[in-house]
Amino acid sequence: MPDLKNLPDAEQQIAALAEQLRPVFEKAPDTVLIGVFTGGVWIAERLSQLLPSHPPVGSVDISFYRDDFSERGLRPNVQPTTVPVDIVGKPVILVDDVLYTGRTTRAALNELFDYGRPGSVQLAVLADRGERQLPIAADFCVWPVSLQSDASLVLVRTPVDDSEGKLTWSLDDA
Amino acid sequence: MMLDPQLDADGNLIHLLSTEGLSREQLTRLLDTGASFLGVSDRDVKKVPLLRGKSVFNLFFENSTRTRTTFEIAAKRLSADVINLNMSTSSTAKGETLLDTVDNLCAMHADMFVVRHESSGAPHLIVDHLRRTGRSDIHVINAGDGRHGHPTQGLLDMYTIRHYKGGFEGLKVALIGDILHSRVARSDIHALKTLGAESIRVVGPQTLIPTDIESLGVEVHRDLDSGLKDCDVVIALRLQRERMSGALLPSATEFHDRYGLTHERLKAAKPDAIVMHPGPMNRGVEIDSAVADSPRAVILPQVTFGIAMRMAVMSVLAGG
Repeated sequence: MPDLKNLPDAEQQIAALAEQLRPVFEKAPDTVLIGVFTGGVWIAERLSQLLPSHPPVGSVDISFYRDDFSERGLRPNVQPTTVPVDIVGKPVILVDDVLYTGRTTRAALNELFDYGRPGSVQLAVLADRGERQLPIAADFCVWPVSLQSDASLVLVRTPVDDSEGKLTWSLDDA
Repeated sequence: MMLDPQLDADGNLIHLLSTEGLSREQLTRLLDTGASFLGVSDRDVKKVPLLRGKSVFNLFFENSTRTRTTFEIAAKRLSADVINLNMSTSSTAKGETLLDTVDNLCAMHADMFVVRHESSGAPHLIVDHLRRTGRSDIHVINAGDGRHGHPTQGLLDMYTIRHYKGGFEGLKVALIGDILHSRVARSDIHALKTLGAESIRVVGPQTLIPTDIESLGVEVHRDLDSGLKDCDVVIALRLQRERMSGALLPSATEFHDRYGLTHERLKAAKPDAIVMHPGPMNRGVEIDSAVADSPRAVILPQVTFGIAMRMAVMSVLAGG
């Protein structure tokens, strides 16, 4: 279990993730970053600033594609999905804050394909909690971490409305 | 307290029968959800999989091409299967009762009924029947019942107003024309009250205004100029001549002279007032073509918002 008081610095992790991704964008400059709401979008925006080519950033809200809709219903204020460029045939890096069961990634892939057929999709995450329920793996990951199943690890931004706001980890050890 | 027929035991909205009785929170949640769905219609693939595998039955006992079509589009954009039943040419015409029809469709594993009926309360009757027979997992949406209500039209009108005016606080809204036959007017009035509009006026000839309408908290104006004074939102209603028996109205021309919306008459309203109409319009009767085709008219955006709002209603009901 990680030390609750000393969670890693998310901003430093994003810089490390950008270094992992740099060769991808050098090889294929038309690669698009697509963040998964909300943490993944914040990370994708930071990555775009950090990468020399400043790649375009899109965002997906997977609420309409969840596999637990009939049990949990729809949460209000679903954010609009925006795909800023035509992704058909292009390499896509899907960005999320935490990879856990893999269900969010599954939903995000389904939604992405409703916008077109990307040339390839790779997954970049800050944290990988393991415990997958689907055959999904991260291509780029900074922080493999093992947590209790009822713990909730989320990225927060302070202040939340400020795109320059500081990103930090919050662990709710239920 | 009597159980609200629209809610389940946990207070979740599972049927939509009326805008009356919905709280401000419930209305706002529906409007927010509608905003989320607006973008889906702009995509290449205009579909999301929320209601995949669900069967939505459009039960229209009364003709309405536009409302039926927008419900059909909304359900299809949520990936549901849609079955349209034109009841005026089906078993009902052969003598089957409403509830027998419902039982038969339940046996076909319906998940949702969208009901349009000439009798006020028909959708409520279906909800009661489903509850009594233990099938409250089937959702009912009122798509217009008699003179009672047309809640999805009320919601799309609220969406349109919020979109153009930013909110409801301090708003003055006028509903013009045939209030008597208008279920849209009732749905709009209840929703506007709950959402906090400052002033709601109904404007029309005495014969077309229900006698006890003040009890809903509206001002009655017989004169168009006083009714329109300083309004932010003007909603023209269709003169429902097909429902008029007897001498309610001297002539459509006279109605137009006194209550028809023209640019000249609209000078009494605020300069940035929007003009709405639930359709279908009688051009030259309740509204001049010059007004209907002007930039202040938001009649076509109402139709676009209507699809998003119907997607929102179906999703919120099905999601509990």
